[in-house]
Amino acid sequence: MGARGRRRVRGETRHVGRGVSPQPRNWPLWEVFVRPKRGLSHQHVGSLHAPDAELALRNARDLYTRRMEGVSVWVVPSAQISASSPDEKGAFFGPAADKAYRHPTFYDVPEEVKNL
Amino acid sequence: MNDAATYALRLADDALVLSQRLCWWSSRAPELEEDLALTNIALDLLGQARALLTHAGELEGAGRDEDALAYLRGEREYLNLLIVEQPNGDFAQTIARQLLFSTFQLARYEALQGGPDEVIAGVAGKAVKEVAYHRDHAMRWTLRLGDGTGESHARMQRAIDRLWPYTHEMFDGDHVDRAIGADPAGLFRDWQAFVSCVLDDAGVAIPADGWHPSGGRRGLHTEALGHMLAEMQSVARAHPGATW
Repeated sequence: MGARGRRRVRGETRHVGRGVSPQPRNWPLWEVFVRPKRGLSHQHVGSLHAPDAELALRNARDLYTRRMEGVSVWVVPSAQISASSPDEKGAFFGPAADKAYRHPTFYDVPEEVKNL
Repeated sequence: MNDAATYALRLADDALVLSQRLCWWSSRAPELEEDLALTNIALDLLGQARALLTHAGELEGAGRDEDALAYLRGEREYLNLLIVEQPNGDFAQTIARQLLFSTFQLARYEALQGGPDEVIAGVAGKAVKEVAYHRDHAMRWTLRLGDGTGESHARMQRAIDRLWPYTHEMFDGDHVDRAIGADPAGLFRDWQAFVSCVLDDAGVAIPADGWHPSGGRRGLHTEALGHMLAEMQSVARAHPGATW
């Protein structure tokens, strides 16, 4: 695009260039993580389609924070997530089942402590 | 109608008519996500319109509430700017209308936040955050369409060319604006700076100024408004006073 694109608009960073087709079926999938409030970690809430990261963030705002659900949003390309296979469930998670000593059950949790 | 009521009604009609226009995209946007983005924007505008219509009715003092003003006024009594009633066209034309009008509307609400009318100042204070998002949404799509494929660029350019003449009316102040102390001519510089920066960055040429249609503030509209109002008002007019 050469001579165009001279100035950047208000912090806009460009992730899309000429030749990137905005065809809907080419829009990649993004996973959305919302932090419900300060002090908690981001939680996976769902996924959406968007042509690039900036629009994915904005779509996430419209889709998943309409009712004041969050104070922070992350979007991650779904293709970038490596997931454990359901077939390996036994080998992955089974061995933890009989190791009760790993659970910190012998601590008294004060009533005031929430979200632990 | 007194100047204060007229001014509030103009603000309300801009928001209401654009909201109704954007509602059309519900279930028709290119993607489900965009469907929600546009209807979210429409809902923001409807909220602004409702508060402003109610306020205009109170200032008028003739007992008209928001429903009477929205559903029982004819085309010639609507005082919105011509740009907001322009047809949706394709997605690029809707985005162009959003960019050109939201940039203006944001500047106007920012100026009204500290104004003497407490209700308008309150609505403006809340709306500033909403419209900043509307403008951001339009800006990002303008950049992507203008600087996207050959097809999207051509459509974005065509949309800006089509709507540009209607931008002049936004800055035509009249006796009502001056009576309120809110002459929109003062908003032009910031509007121009932002819009030209976005269009330039999107590779969209800024059209030459020429034809200067106006009249919306006096109830003289383009042919597009009557059809839209007929649809918007049909249920309320067929069943006056109905509730559920």
